[in-house]
This record gives sequence, structure tokens and C-alpha cells, in this order.
Amino acid sequence: MNRWMPFEWIAAIRFLKEGRLQTMFIVSGIAIGVAVIVFMSAMLAGLQANFIKRVLTSQPQIQLLAPDEVARPLRRGAKEVDASIIQRPTQRILSIDQWPKIRDQMLAMPEVTVVSPTVSGSALAVRGEASRAITITGMDPVVYFKIVRLPDYIVAGEARVTSDDIIVGTELAKDLGASVGDKLNVEAASSASRVLTITGIVDLGSKGANSRNTYVALRTAQSLLNLIGGVTTIDLTVQDIYAAETLAQEIQASIPVEADSWIKTNAQFFTAVHAQQTTNTLIRVFVGLSVAFGIAAVLAVSVIQRSKDIGILRAMGTSRGQILRVFLIQGGLLGLLGSVFGSAMGAAALVFWHNYARQVDGSELFPLILDRALFIASAVLATVTGVAAAITPALRAANLDPVVAIRG
Amino acid sequence: MAEEILALDKVCKAYNVGTLVETEVLHDIDLVMRRSEFLALMGPSGSGKSTLLNIIGLLDRPTSGHLYINGQDTSALGESELTRLRSHSIGFVFQYHYLISAFTALENVMMPMLVDQGFPTPAVEGRAANLMEQVGLTSVINNLALNMSGGQQQRVAVARALAMNPDLVLADEPTGNLDTKSADGVFELLRQVNQQNGTTFLIVTHNMDLARRCDRIIELVDGRIHAAGKA
Repeated sequence: MNRWMPFEWIAAIRFLKEGRLQTMFIVSGIAIGVAVIVFMSAMLAGLQANFIKRVLTSQPQIQLLAPDEVARPLRRGAKEVDASIIQRPTQRILSIDQWPKIRDQMLAMPEVTVVSPTVSGSALAVRGEASRAITITGMDPVVYFKIVRLPDYIVAGEARVTSDDIIVGTELAKDLGASVGDKLNVEAASSASRVLTITGIVDLGSKGANSRNTYVALRTAQSLLNLIGGVTTIDLTVQDIYAAETLAQEIQASIPVEADSWIKTNAQFFTAVHAQQTTNTLIRVFVGLSVAFGIAAVLAVSVIQRSKDIGILRAMGTSRGQILRVFLIQGGLLGLLGSVFGSAMGAAALVFWHNYARQVDGSELFPLILDRALFIASAVLATVTGVAAAITPALRAANLDPVVAIRG
Repeated sequence: MAEEILALDKVCKAYNVGTLVETEVLHDIDLVMRRSEFLALMGPSGSGKSTLLNIIGLLDRPTSGHLYINGQDTSALGESELTRLRSHSIGFVFQYHYLISAFTALENVMMPMLVDQGFPTPAVEGRAANLMEQVGLTSVINNLALNMSGGQQQRVAVARALAMNPDLVLADEPTGNLDTKSADGVFELLRQVNQQNGTTFLIVTHNMDLARRCDRIIELVDGRIHAAGKA
């Protein structure tokens, strides 16, 4: 006997050891439950983190745009409208009104981390006989690359954008038969045109984006799109990505701009995440319940099997409280043991699945996140569940009448 | 005259009180036991011997009457005080040994002290080893409870009953489940402890030969003391 271990712990451990087979079965049951929870939680967290990383490194978290142009109804007097059918006006490419002031305002907000004014519009890329419709994004690379990590996506050349440079997607380069160092003639609708040199080719992960998106210096885009001194959007990144929508609404309410958050523009993704989280929570709750009932059932049987032991312990002066604690400790120990084995099983399954399940391009499906907090939380939760599940059997043991228990 | 260890004053015990099937199993029991007495309690099955033993052992409460242990009236004591008094003043030996199978012989003897003190201190272990020596079982000290013969198990049970150095040991047919030789050995052990330590014994037995070797015999019939006298 361990000299430092109190009576209740000694008895609880001995009882669990003696009922070895019973203990082994229930610990295995708990371990499988915990393994499922650990595996699912870690995999979903990894998948989400991967997706969010992909989304957030290729687009701004909030985008400020010039408000839509609207036609006002012609009024004759108060509450009297002449034209009842109003045609929606065509939307010209407009600069955001007083954008330097708005940029400074955004920079002053503590929630905002990066502010990048950009100009974007459509144009035609011509090389020899080939021509393709493109979207040109004019930006200041120093700040814009903090929002969209173009240098990370470069497959050829470099992410350099001076006034005569252009970065194009892989599909566009393929369609135009161009490579790094080749020149492109970019013609805008305003009939302005510039000859630009390809400095980098990027793979943005989507065929559509790779065939349309091009990146040039802010001034180059301004002159091509006939927006000298103007910007069409102000791109932002924020401290808390999940507060982006609230912040966007606040900005829209205080400044005459349209503010779109990544949450709004990726609504489908959020619906999927929410559905996943709900399913995950439901699975956790039901696994937790089945673990709890398993522990309670095993301990209830143990109380019946040990009623004579309990009776004799009571006869030799063991208090009801001590008996209660002996069984609560057994519940807690079962939960803890199960969670330790379960965490190991879950982690092993994660490593295996991480190596086995790959994306089409061979890259990992989800990053392997073995978060210590998840394992600690599982252990604490399983132990608490074990103690809670043991309450009823423990009370039953504590309330056994020693006379009846000894007589059997 | 030796001091009173136990006194019963008009103790009655009834079951299903207040219902149509109310059954009184003990009627106005008066009994006094003094230090170092070795007393046999006899009686046919159903006479109330076990009920009386449970009441004296503070495992059950009388319906009426008073029970005094070392002069202290136990009727006013609460559950935890009774448990404490039981652990310090009374030891039990049962017919079927009831050693706890998850523990070794030595650990079973340590158990009452462990329950009382909370931790298995060296003093606790030392006393348990001495008791094992006293009952002549040093060779099986580390055997699990069930890896011993019936006689050995009962000797361990006797050592366990003595662990807290109680004033009174209650033995419910301690030899009832043993062969004649083992039964005789266990009885001699009880007698020896009684004479060496001055511990008071109340032994329930059906065996008249053993009863005759006690200081006094009390016969219980239909819940009443039918006869009491010197063995």
C-alpha cells in the first residue's frame, strides 16, 4: 500500500484492479468514445483552419466599395411622384468619394490591421493574335500583399509590380502562350492601352481566377481605367476575422460606402461550418451520454457484487461519506483512464488519416493539429463525466444497510 | 467487580412498526457484560440472536430501551457518532469471515485502522503484523484473502476484529463454518486473546461444548432471555 494514498483511493484502485475484466471492457468503451471525439474535433478544426487560411490569404476580410448609383424619382411636390417606373441606372466604374480620408479613418480603427486601396476593372489582354478578357487589379504591393499573399502563390518569376509590370494567372499565361519576361498589350474599355511586362505567374487555386486575375501597380490601373487619383475599393484585414461582419455593418452605417465582409461573401461556407459544428456537438453529446451510462451500469453492478464488502467496511467503522468517495473515485478513474487511452487512439487515427487522406493535387487534406488543450479538455470532461455517472451507484453503496448487506 | 462494558436496559426490537404485520423480535432484554467476560449467547434459529448482536454492535437501533457502551447511552447518538463509537469500541467476527477479497491478509487486518486514520502509516502496518503474529499467521501475511484455508481466514478475521483494540468483540458463530479441529483452534485463540488482553467477548454459538467453555451462557428463546447462568 502506498503510504501517501488515502484509504478511499486505495480501496477504489483495488476494487478496479480486482474486477480486471469489467474494468478493461468499460475503459475500452470510454476510450473508443473519447477517440471518436478527439479525432472528429481535431480533424474538423484542421479542415476549418485550412479552409479559412485559404479563403483569408486570397481575399480581403472586408471590402469597401463605392455605393451603387441610384436614380431618384422625379417629384412634383411633396409625396407626388411623376415617374412611377424607375429604370436602374448602369453602374459606371466610380472612385470612392474622398477615399484618402476614409483610408485614414480605417487606419485609425484598432480592429483594422491592414488597409489597401485598390483599383479594379476589366480590360483585354492581347498578345499577337490571341486576346483574353481580364480583370486588372491595381494596388500598392507593400500593403496589398499583406492581404492577398500573392508571393506565396507565385509559380514562376517574382511578385514585383512596378509601373510597367503585370502579374498574371497560370491559365492566362497558357492561353496567351506567354511566360515571365514577355510583354502583353492591355487595352481598357476607355481605349487607353499599355504594354506591360510579365514579372510573375501565380496559381490562385481556381481555374476561373487563374484565367482572369491580373495584378498591376495602382497608378498603372488608374491610368488604364481612367480613374486618375481614384480607387474603386479599399481592402481591409481585421484583428478578429469572425467579427468582420459586425465591423462591416458598423463601417457601412457611419461612412457612405458599401462594406462587404468575407463572412457575407462566403455565406455558403459558413452554413457548412455551422452544420458541421452542430453535428459534431450532437455526436459529442451522445457519445458522452453513452460513456456516462456505461460507467454508471458497471458501477451499479459493482455495488451489488461488493455489497458484502461494503457491509463489512461499514461494520468496521467506515462512514457513508468514505464509501461514497470510494465509488466516485472509481468513476473518475475510469473516465480518466479511458480518456488517456482514447486520446492516444484518436491521435494515432489522426496521424494515419492525415497521411492517408490527400487532396487531388496530393497536398494534405487538413493540417495535423494535435492541440494539447483538446487532450486536456477530453481528460477533464471524461473524468467529470465519470464522477457524475458514479453519483447514483455511489449513493446506493453509501446508503446500504450494513445488516442487510452482510446478511446478503 | 470489573467495570461495565455493555448494559442493555429493557431493549425491544420490532419490525414493520405501525403496520398490520408488526413483529416484535426482542422483548425487554436486560443484560450487563463486564470487562474480560467471555460470554456465550445460545438459542434456536429465529430466537433473535443476530438481531440482538446487531443492536449491541450498533449496526441496528432498538425500537425502545437503552443500550450503554462504557456507560455511554447510545440512543441519543447520531449516525456518525455511532460509526465512530463502533469503530473504536467494537470488533466483529462473522461466521463467513467476510475478508475483503481485493486485499491481502495483512491489509485486511490493517483495514479498520486505515479507515480510522485515513492513511496506511508504518504504525498501522506494524500493529497489523503483530496481530498476524498473535494469531499465528506470519507465513500467509501477503496472501490474498481468498488464498487461505477457512481456519486461516477466520484467524485473520479475529486479528482484524482486534485491530482497533476494542473493549468488546462480537462473534456470530465464528466456528460455525469450520471443521472441528479448526473450530477448536479458533475458539482457543479467542479465549487466549480474552485472557491475555482482557477483551470482552460475546459469542453466538450453537455448539454446547464450546458454550460450556465460556464464563457464562445466555439462552435466548422467542426474543426473551430464557436462562442465564454460569457455564
